[in-house]
Amino acid sequence: MSPAQHTLLAAGEASQHRPLIITLFAVFVAATLVITVWAGRQTKDAADFYAGGRQFTGFQNGLAVSGDYMSAASFLGIAGAIALFGYDGFLYSIGFLVAWLVALLLVAEPLRNSGRYTMGDVLAYRMRQRPVRTAAGTSTIVVSIFYLLAQMAGAGVLVSLLLGITSDGGKIGIVALVGVLMIVYVTIGGMKGTTWVQMVKAVLLIAGALLLTFLVLLKFHFNVSDLLGSAADNSGKGAAFLEPGLKYGATGTTKLDFISLGIALVLGTAGLPHILIRFYTVPTAKAARKSVIWAIGLIGAFYLMTLALGFGAAALIKPDEIIASNKAGNTAAPLLALHLGGVDSNWGAILLATISAVAFATILAVVAGLTLASSSSFAHDIYANVIRKGQATEKQEIGAARWATVGIGAVSIVLGALARDLNVAGLVALAFAVAASANLPTILYSLFWKRFTTSGALWSIYGGLVTAVGLVLFSPVVSGKPTSMFPDVDFHWFPLENPGIISIPVGFLLGILGTYLSKEEPDAGKYAELEVRSLTGTGAH
Amino acid sequence: MATETPPPSNTQAQLPSTEEFVTVQESAEFGELRRSHRSFAFPLTIGFIAWYLLYVLLSNYADDFMGTQVVGNINVALVLGLAQFLTTFLIAWWYSRHAAAKLDPKAEAIKTRMEGGA
Repeated sequence: MSPAQHTLLAAGEASQHRPLIITLFAVFVAATLVITVWAGRQTKDAADFYAGGRQFTGFQNGLAVSGDYMSAASFLGIAGAIALFGYDGFLYSIGFLVAWLVALLLVAEPLRNSGRYTMGDVLAYRMRQRPVRTAAGTSTIVVSIFYLLAQMAGAGVLVSLLLGITSDGGKIGIVALVGVLMIVYVTIGGMKGTTWVQMVKAVLLIAGALLLTFLVLLKFHFNVSDLLGSAADNSGKGAAFLEPGLKYGATGTTKLDFISLGIALVLGTAGLPHILIRFYTVPTAKAARKSVIWAIGLIGAFYLMTLALGFGAAALIKPDEIIASNKAGNTAAPLLALHLGGVDSNWGAILLATISAVAFATILAVVAGLTLASSSSFAHDIYANVIRKGQATEKQEIGAARWATVGIGAVSIVLGALARDLNVAGLVALAFAVAASANLPTILYSLFWKRFTTSGALWSIYGGLVTAVGLVLFSPVVSGKPTSMFPDVDFHWFPLENPGIISIPVGFLLGILGTYLSKEEPDAGKYAELEVRSLTGTGAH
Repeated sequence: MATETPPPSNTQAQLPSTEEFVTVQESAEFGELRRSHRSFAFPLTIGFIAWYLLYVLLSNYADDFMGTQVVGNINVALVLGLAQFLTTFLIAWWYSRHAAAKLDPKAEAIKTRMEGGA
């Protein structure tokens, strides 16, 4: 039997158990809707809607941060990348993890101390409000939409395997369903509901990964060396599978692409708006620190488990079968569950359904966080402070946030449908590159550089944003390759898939240039306020 | 819901004036807090980014070295990758100790005085 037939069989087997899978999905959705309605009833003012009332503990928020961060890219994307490219897939998780140190040492606590609801609060603190808030809002929405796209693509892919839906219409329908659910979570539950959904999801995801890791290791009698050896043999690539280079080592260009990716990953996290706003949900900077420490522990442990999942999939499933199921490897983890339980057994189907429900939960929790970040920024930065110049009431502001949620949901449904065949880890890496280019330089300069001015902030945010997005637009991600978003046309001239190596230095450099080339004087009094508040927590909301 | 500290009220006291902030910013006490934070966080950030980039470059350009077997099928690449995990955990732990011992008491003292005296 050819591997492709085998997969069809596996998918057929799964679709026989469609009622079970749909039941598990429905149970999760129902539970989260109950949480959402409950949280919605407790959401009275802006601090509730944007920051969940700031009453979560460091541990609770650490769990929610993990739930917000460990996306479909981590679970499906990294496991798939390891299953197909071996060691090179592991490189993602290292960058994703080390990046948390930037957030811990430089960003989380100052942000918590000096901001209220959005990233823009800190970026605009010492600057002219309207232009900087407009810029911060724009880059928040762009970064979040890139990230949303990746999650939507993951949802479409997952369900096509699970329910045996192979038609494009079916996949697009699933993307639309995810979009509608996230709109419901955010408009009704606000930050409180989103946080609880993320905590529940983090627990489910870690439990699911633990179960699969245990089953994989059990199969190899807890001998990691045997697991790696079988993965290398079964992959057909031998020892090279365990060494760097299968995905990125082909040519000088791909090696450069890898460096670019590495820089984007390590500098991106501390510039992701949906992560940053999570630090407003705890009462103090100390609790924000504690959240990051918990997140580092949980996320690190999870990535170590993805090693077992990825290499386990490589060892137990023929590579052709993984590719036949999804070109980019995104379904390797659910397929692994099926194989661990037994392809033709009920256990296989139950395990597949469980892991798929976990992945579905993962996607829903992350998209809710992303939508909340972008609609908060629209309402608080752009609507309240720019359009209404600070004259809007809290009620009007939250109303604007709810409408923005609907709009952003609609946009991401359309884009997600277009992106359904791209590797989700690769797409998320682009969001990291944009965040590191447009947001991180201004965050760091604002907090630590006395001389920094409004012009510097605007040059850096817009310059980093335009450079990063522009390079992606003219990269092989969008056109010119069979794996591109538009494979039939070719207008690419930038050779790398990840723009970070150019756009991040450009973002940092433009911040300096914009500051020195304008005649504007920095506002020394405002910097004194920001610096003292950010380090001491004086007057923290 | 349990909280670690009482939640701050949404209707808080008036923020100290800009002049007060400038005075504190120029004070020796705040200078020391700033130095304790920066002299720890800045070099460490440069250090772990350099260590991470070294790892990225080795993965790219030192195939033979990275492929060297250590034990069984476990090679240098995997060991170095796991070492990145380990150093991340260690730095997080180290920073939280430093912050609790050197930063929190100073920050707390300044905050209490500014909010109390406002």
